Amino acid sequence: MEKGKGMIRYIRKKCDFCGTCVAVCPHDAIELAENDLLILERCTVCKKCVYVCPLQALEVDDE
Amino acid sequence: MNNRYDVVVVGAGPAGSTSARFAAQSGASVLLLEKDREIGIPVRCAEGVGEKGLKTVVDIRPHWIKQKIVGVIFHSPSGKVVKVQSKEIGYVLDRKIFDYELAQIAAEQGAHVATKANVLGLLKKERVCGVVVDFLGERKEIAADIVIGADGIESRVGRWAGIKTHVALYDIETCAQVTAMNIPLESDYCHFFFGKEIAPGGYLWVFPKGNGLANVGLGISGEFSKTKPAIRYLEEFLSTHFPAVAVLTTVAGGVTCAPPLKTIVEDGLLLVGDAAHQTNPVSGGGIVNAMVAAKIAGRIAGQAIKENNVSKKRLMEYPRLWDDAEGKKLGIFYKLKKFIYDMTDNDLEKTADLLLGMPMEKRTLVNIFKSAVVKQPSLIIDILKVFT
Repeated sequence: MEKGKGMIRYIRKKCDFCGTCVAVCPHDAIELAENDLLILERCTVCKKCVYVCPLQALEVDDE
Repeated sequence: MNNRYDVVVVGAGPAGSTSARFAAQSGASVLLLEKDREIGIPVRCAEGVGEKGLKTVVDIRPHWIKQKIVGVIFHSPSGKVVKVQSKEIGYVLDRKIFDYELAQIAAEQGAHVATKANVLGLLKKERVCGVVVDFLGERKEIAADIVIGADGIESRVGRWAGIKTHVALYDIETCAQVTAMNIPLESDYCHFFFGKEIAPGGYLWVFPKGNGLANVGLGISGEFSKTKPAIRYLEEFLSTHFPAVAVLTTVAGGVTCAPPLKTIVEDGLLLVGDAAHQTNPVSGGGIVNAMVAAKIAGRIAGQAIKENNVSKKRLMEYPRLWDDAEGKKLGIFYKLKKFIYDMTDNDLEKTADLLLGMPMEKRTLVNIFKSAVVKQPSLIIDILKVFT
């Protein structure tokens, strides 16, 4: 599977833990608990989660 | 909390509590698990329901109702206002109390309930046979003959069981909502605002909650939120339309407006509610659908336990009954969604004009949808199928 550049980062103070990102993740790479979000290693940086976040709490970290 | 139950339900929203209630009523031992610290909070919902549908699944308690609704008012992109009186009564609920008491009702039927219980995975042998849960910070294994996944839009129970539940960007509405004071709109109507500047690939809603309070929120298609997220659209709308607004709550959330999920049962496993994509793809409404499905799923789970047969074949009775009740209709609604999705602001204005030319008593749901699809009359048959 092709992996995009960088990695997905979530910004805790912006996140509402609503799970919209989880619903669109094609690789089951996001885990949601009460007040925490984990991006797993199998993430391919397809950015769908970044696009759908209602609060722009996810971003691609290029460094 | 015991180490073994006949049925474990994951998620204590309306779908989870209703499944737990009916499974327990059928004689099964049931555990209902909620990951958050309190059932009912946070409320990621516009809270609107139809009385007729809700009555089929629960005895409605007056204190669940914040506002009785007698119709809807559509606002076109240019600001035309189309009022529609509804034959059916609607309610805007207080979901905090509603969800809490649905869990209480499940408990009255004998279900065990636990909060701060985040399910981490499924136990599997040849089939699903329980869950692993983080309960108050401790890892626990709980055996079960049936697991019901009612874990919402972020459902992972289905994925763990091998069901593909993720949706396309086209099929998700990304939403933001405030509960706010000082919204100067008629308070016994639900209001819908349309237009690509307001909510592209979706709509904005104002659902009154009594005493000047209202849920004001919007959903935009995942395809349109790349450059501007839902919360920005909402902020802009509030500042132009309701500058005096006082915001008491802000929430974000997602709604699947997707084709029906093909697989909602496996050996020892059922999915209900948002986890099974049982939302109406046109309206995004899902409370009553979730509860109708959960009532069926809970009963079938209870019967399967009695018969000592939790095979997929046995549990398939649930999707069959659900399809006949509402499931098939949702497939038709998805067809309508695809059409409505492509409507331009100009199309919306024309629809508003058609409706404004109609006397009030002619403005029924069927006629509203018929006016919307004048460009594709073949859809009228579908409209008649879902509304009559």
